[in-house]
Amino acid sequence: MKVYLDNAATTKVDDKVVAKMQSYYLEKYGNPSSLHAKGEEAFQELHQAKSQVAKLLNTDTINLIFTGSASEANNFIIKGVARANKDKGKHIIISNIEHPCVLGPAKELTMEGFEVEYIPVNKKGLIQPSELKKRLRKDTLLVSIMTANNEIGTIQDIKKLAKLTKANGSIFHTDAVQSVPDVKLDIKNDNIDFLTLSAHKFHGPKGVGLACINPNIKIRPLISGSEQNKGLRAGTIDVPGIVGFAEALKIAYQGRQTKINQIKKLRNYFYNQLEKELGDISLNGDKDKRLANNLNVCFKGVEGEAILVDLSQKGICVSTGSACSAHNLKVSYVLQALRIKSKYLNSNIRFSLSKYTTKKELDYTIKEIKKTIKRLKNFSPIK
Amino acid sequence: MALNYTKKTLNHFLKPKNIGEIKNADAYAELGNMVCGDQLNFSMKIEKGIIKDIKFMSFGCASNIATASIMTEKVKGMSLEKAKKFDWNTIVKELGGLPQQKIHCSIMAVEGLKKVIDNYEARNKKKKVKK
Repeated sequence: MKVYLDNAATTKVDDKVVAKMQSYYLEKYGNPSSLHAKGEEAFQELHQAKSQVAKLLNTDTINLIFTGSASEANNFIIKGVARANKDKGKHIIISNIEHPCVLGPAKELTMEGFEVEYIPVNKKGLIQPSELKKRLRKDTLLVSIMTANNEIGTIQDIKKLAKLTKANGSIFHTDAVQSVPDVKLDIKNDNIDFLTLSAHKFHGPKGVGLACINPNIKIRPLISGSEQNKGLRAGTIDVPGIVGFAEALKIAYQGRQTKINQIKKLRNYFYNQLEKELGDISLNGDKDKRLANNLNVCFKGVEGEAILVDLSQKGICVSTGSACSAHNLKVSYVLQALRIKSKYLNSNIRFSLSKYTTKKELDYTIKEIKKTIKRLKNFSPIK
Repeated sequence: MALNYTKKTLNHFLKPKNIGEIKNADAYAELGNMVCGDQLNFSMKIEKGIIKDIKFMSFGCASNIATASIMTEKVKGMSLEKAKKFDWNTIVKELGGLPQQKIHCSIMAVEGLKKVIDNYEARNKKKKVKK
């Protein structure tokens, strides 16, 4: 059996999205910047897709700048806003659990004379508004706090944090990449100046990011060249990608609450079964204020990557943000931010479900994890 | 980034050789890696200067387990003098290569071997002194 439980990394594209995109590759393939009929056709279709996205997010079509990834969108917003408005202040506040594509540009800005201050999360992975309030200064230019975390799935009170930021006269950005469909984003009513999304996190195509901007705030382009997007992002417009983004977002928000409840029910069943079968586990991040599809579980005394590789051999795909996995040996800074005991930092697995996850798949996973943990615990020197 | 472990590495991870702890062993060693948090424990039995048996316990990633497994397999039956010169490159070669970021696992396995031999020699010295 093949079980994919790594939907926080990326998702399967919805069939309907693929179907919708296809004609934009094969028939309506014109460049929307071209002046002829084929270009005009693409332009109209692009406008329609953008209007749909704008409506869903409660913003204006003109504020949508599609990019090649969420990393690009976050880099564009953070560096673009800071560089264009440095006369207004050089103090930037971000949380200490931001994605690397927010941490990276923020760090880069410190080399240009900006001061970056980090808001800590509490042990449950949540930001207390008071922690933001006491850090806001007269020269605070920008506050960037993610809507939902990619590793532990915690959801922040973005409305409140944005309100505090705006009351201080600062600019508010949120990386909302992981938040669809759990959080109903409302740019106008929630006082959000800048927002980032990525289609592949909600069953859309890869390589399509979105930067929602506030047209009243200056921003510098990251990629300059031709005049697409009013000079804010050069490059041929990816019409099929944007159409796919719009369709995926529309589907994600259709019957939103029912879908969330369904996934949450399955997830809770899965966690309860794991707890029943294994006992010695704990959940990282707040139990309630978290994405419906996310579980980040500590399997005490067993190393995370070993669990991952063992499960992978059984057709089960999960992930670990912890040590020894992937690119480097560093322990997850997100788990460290929760002040988890160091002996537990290397024993964590993230399971992220999707609308395609079935109970049968979860039952198989539970059965196999039980064997995996038993085997690895058997020769672990940590008791 | 996919790890792309070789089939042999995966086999040693899935069915590791020489796991456990030897009762009444002649030497013991424990070592940890501060960077990745991995931990390896070794126990060893020596007869006439030959490694009669060696076993390990691991709290570590797949390659930590696989490298310790193949190392113990290779040094079993080896003289202590030869085992002291055991090179981590042998492990990498035997496994058909390791991902770059996992090379340190083979080094850690060899460090463990050196440590358990050191422990044996230190114990032996004491015995000789006592005599």
